[in-house]
Amino acid sequence: MENSEVTKTNANSQADKKVGLPALFSSFCKIGAFTIGGGYAMIPLMEKELVDRHQWVDRETFMDVLSLSQAMPGVFAVNMASNIGYRLRGIAGTVTAVLGNILLPIVIIILWATCFKFLSGNPIFEAIFKGIRPAVVALIASPVFTMAMTANLNWRNAWIPAIAALLIWLLGVSPILIIIAAGVGGFIYGKYLERKGESL
Amino acid sequence: MIFLKLFYTFLRIGIFNFGGGYAMIALIQNEVVTRNGWMTMQEFVDMVAVSQMTPGPIGINVATYAGYSAVIHAGYSVPMAILGSFIASFSVILLPVIAMLLVTKFLMKVQNQPAVQTMLKTLRIVFVGLIAAAALLLLTPESFGSPTEQTTQFIISVILFLATFIAAFKFKVSPILLLVLSGVAGYIIYGLILPA
Repeated sequence: MENSEVTKTNANSQADKKVGLPALFSSFCKIGAFTIGGGYAMIPLMEKELVDRHQWVDRETFMDVLSLSQAMPGVFAVNMASNIGYRLRGIAGTVTAVLGNILLPIVIIILWATCFKFLSGNPIFEAIFKGIRPAVVALIASPVFTMAMTANLNWRNAWIPAIAALLIWLLGVSPILIIIAAGVGGFIYGKYLERKGESL
Repeated sequence: MIFLKLFYTFLRIGIFNFGGGYAMIALIQNEVVTRNGWMTMQEFVDMVAVSQMTPGPIGINVATYAGYSAVIHAGYSVPMAILGSFIASFSVILLPVIAMLLVTKFLMKVQNQPAVQTMLKTLRIVFVGLIAAAALLLLTPESFGSPTEQTTQFIISVILFLATFIAAFKFKVSPILLLVLSGVAGYIIYGLILPA
């Protein structure tokens, strides 16, 4: 009797414990400001902060949110922040987590962009960027091949990205048109497979 | 009105980006450089480098930077450019965040439907082509030097390109380290060995 009473109060206090907005903000601030290299580089720190340290979500939920955030359009890290924020504190939580995640990066970029103007004539700066530019192109080219592997590209479907690339590169077709076509085409093809009882 | 155009442009970029940070770079390249001429291809490459070396989501960094440059390019002052960078980065996430809230509230399992799965797989395949196009569009004299007029720079650039590509793709070296190393190489080669 006594035991069940204790468990009950424990469960209640768990449910009542509201996550504070300042804590949410500072946690996402940390996640945003301390990871260089984009959204996917944030996953380990997010897991550590949200699952291990604060225990705001369990690991299974975290993985669900992760796969949903990858599937949804936009910026991956911001999608994560808006979903987790919403789970903890509703709309206010979303706004807090998203702002925490992006404010410092925005300020840093603004500072950079403002300084860039004064640096751009400097010969040392120019020398450095002459070396960096071809590396940037290589860094954009390399995920093409990594993504080709994770997207299960094979000889049967490789014509799709090839034609998309040629249309954009040589004919100047808008990528957004191609995305719409691919989305609609993929959905209809999926419905067709569904009717036939297969999957891609 | 530059701000309205910025808002609309980045609204579109955000909601149509199904491919992560590099896909966002490809979309911004098309909208900002090709379509609107808000920055040159060289400024774009420099912007991508900076966005990768500073903290935060790459999509946010690139949007912030592009918004800033677009306003400066239109002839406005720095405070206006700061406003532009906030407009760009907020409009790029506005629709995706709303979409995320709707999905979280109403249809948590939407991504498990077979037709949606096939659609997402198709989009993932297509985004490979989108990023390939972005890389192909950057193979210009602005980033490599002209093969006929700046032959030395061109050859050095090709070597740096290949070295970076192999290190990133084959050996999974971190992009930040590669950018720092290529910057150091640039300083040594162009600043110390071959000063203009």
